[in-house]
Amino acid sequence: MSKLTDLTIAGALEGLKNKDFSAVELTEAHIKAMDDAKALNAFITDTPEIARAQAAASDAKRTNGEVGLLEGIPIAVKDLFCTKGVQTTSASHILEGFVPEYESSVTANMFAQGAVMLGKANMDQFAMGSANTTSYFGNVISPIKRDDGADLTPGGSSGGSTAAVAANISMGALGSDTGGSIRQPASFCGIVGMKPTYGRCSRWGMVAFASSLDQAGTLARTVEDNAIMLQAIAGYDAKDSTSANHAVPDWSNSFKGDIKGMKIGIPKEYIVDGMPEEIKKLWEQGAAWLKDAGAKIVDISLPHTKYALPTYYIIAPAEASSNLARYDGVRYGHRAAEFEDLTEMYEKTRAEGFGDEVKRRIMIGTYVLSAGYYDAYYIKAQRVRRKIYDDFTQAFTQCDAILTPTAPSAAFAIGENEDDPIKMYLNDVFTVPASLAGIPGISVPAGLDSQGLPLGLQVLGKPWDEETVFKVGHAIENASGLKRGA
Amino acid sequence: MSPQSPILKGITNMSMDKNTVKRVAHLSRIAVSDAQIEEIMPRLNKIMGFIEQLSEVDTENVEPLANVANIKLKMREDVVNDGGYPAEILKNAPEETQGFFGVPNVVE
Repeated sequence: MSKLTDLTIAGALEGLKNKDFSAVELTEAHIKAMDDAKALNAFITDTPEIARAQAAASDAKRTNGEVGLLEGIPIAVKDLFCTKGVQTTSASHILEGFVPEYESSVTANMFAQGAVMLGKANMDQFAMGSANTTSYFGNVISPIKRDDGADLTPGGSSGGSTAAVAANISMGALGSDTGGSIRQPASFCGIVGMKPTYGRCSRWGMVAFASSLDQAGTLARTVEDNAIMLQAIAGYDAKDSTSANHAVPDWSNSFKGDIKGMKIGIPKEYIVDGMPEEIKKLWEQGAAWLKDAGAKIVDISLPHTKYALPTYYIIAPAEASSNLARYDGVRYGHRAAEFEDLTEMYEKTRAEGFGDEVKRRIMIGTYVLSAGYYDAYYIKAQRVRRKIYDDFTQAFTQCDAILTPTAPSAAFAIGENEDDPIKMYLNDVFTVPASLAGIPGISVPAGLDSQGLPLGLQVLGKPWDEETVFKVGHAIENASGLKRGA
Repeated sequence: MSPQSPILKGITNMSMDKNTVKRVAHLSRIAVSDAQIEEIMPRLNKIMGFIEQLSEVDTENVEPLANVANIKLKMREDVVNDGGYPAEILKNAPEETQGFFGVPNVVE
């Protein structure tokens, strides 16, 4: 038998069922892997004691014949999901030491299905970033190495979650995706990441960045493992007013369905100037694989694609500036030590508590929402967002799913792209449109670049049709020969 | 991606001047020094220049899209359904006085 940490979630569930090993043994192997890989800085808070207790409880449950979807499976949790009794920081100084008195809905769902929490994963501060270089708790180092030995970024903002899964520290991880924060790191680290339809997972208890875009999702090494995890965390929640009252399908079985006769759209606007040749080739390869699996490839048009990023960089900062107004040094989190009056307390607390990127986005958001600019920027962006949404609605009259590259490059070295905010933002050029439209998307490893670094392909689906996204993703996984573990 | 990319077109050196940055920082309740303003300003202006390109999109008669979920927000009965545990609420407070959040004097 292979090492316990090399198993997929599906493989581990089988092993647990057959009593090849216990949840406690599986968890101990992962705690050791977590301790051995401290240099990656993938976690802000380790929770080995909680993991051991949950694993023991899971073994007891299993003896009684109670088996959840993630029974006994060690998982990393992005540090923006509130976890009762465990520090939750969103990788910020302003929330350092914040210990929630309540549990987020998705972690509660995950625990109800038997999952074991290894720790709270590092991330970009308040999920703002694409390289995991904005965390107050330091950069996350990718477990993937480049020939020149430079430390690479795992991508972001779910960088710690992704690094943990890619390094076989955890079998899966919870992430969140506002503009690509699950899909882009999955592509950089050679794993599978799934952002479901907006409204599929409850946002209750998730530290808010941009509420009309934020969506919880999953990271794991295979499509099947993502399907199992998403099934475990999704579902209606009365505590989130934008949570949708749709039944959760049985993705853990339906993901393997074939794609014969499906129409796969290739949007011509995603062929951007300066796109590396190897990414273009990989995209063509992906289309060929899907064709071989029985799908029909159709050309589609998403005319407003190039306006997605500027639209996002109005809407997301605007919502962030409102959401982050709550960090005022009064009810929780950091408070400045010295101040003359209340206003100075707010200003110093926030100056000390937020990192530079967070401050920039709050300021941009405040500006575009301020008197005289609200219509010109914010309402304008919401109108363009409608056009982007309509583009997808129109495209889905001609196809069942859309295939694109996940990111415009492979992982870069830590420190690169830091001189110009726009250069960093361009990482999300292919992921942001789907976020604005609220549709589901998956990134699946599809190839390697000339330096041997992973590249992912993205599959987008109609709202609420995660099933098709999983199926098409699975077809790519089958064809690529890059599936990790068993 | 090359700087000639069509996505980067429309980046002009437009203007949030020093006073505007100062005003926005104050509206955001973030203390910034004059030196920091000099540092922040060019980055903010780059971002503002980037988002400026939306002006070329014709949005005449287009309804703003605020919520993609197409969900009608539900009403619930107007009753107290939570609460009654001040100790838990105050547990993370930087300052607490007699069961309330403590703040500096605001009324002399």
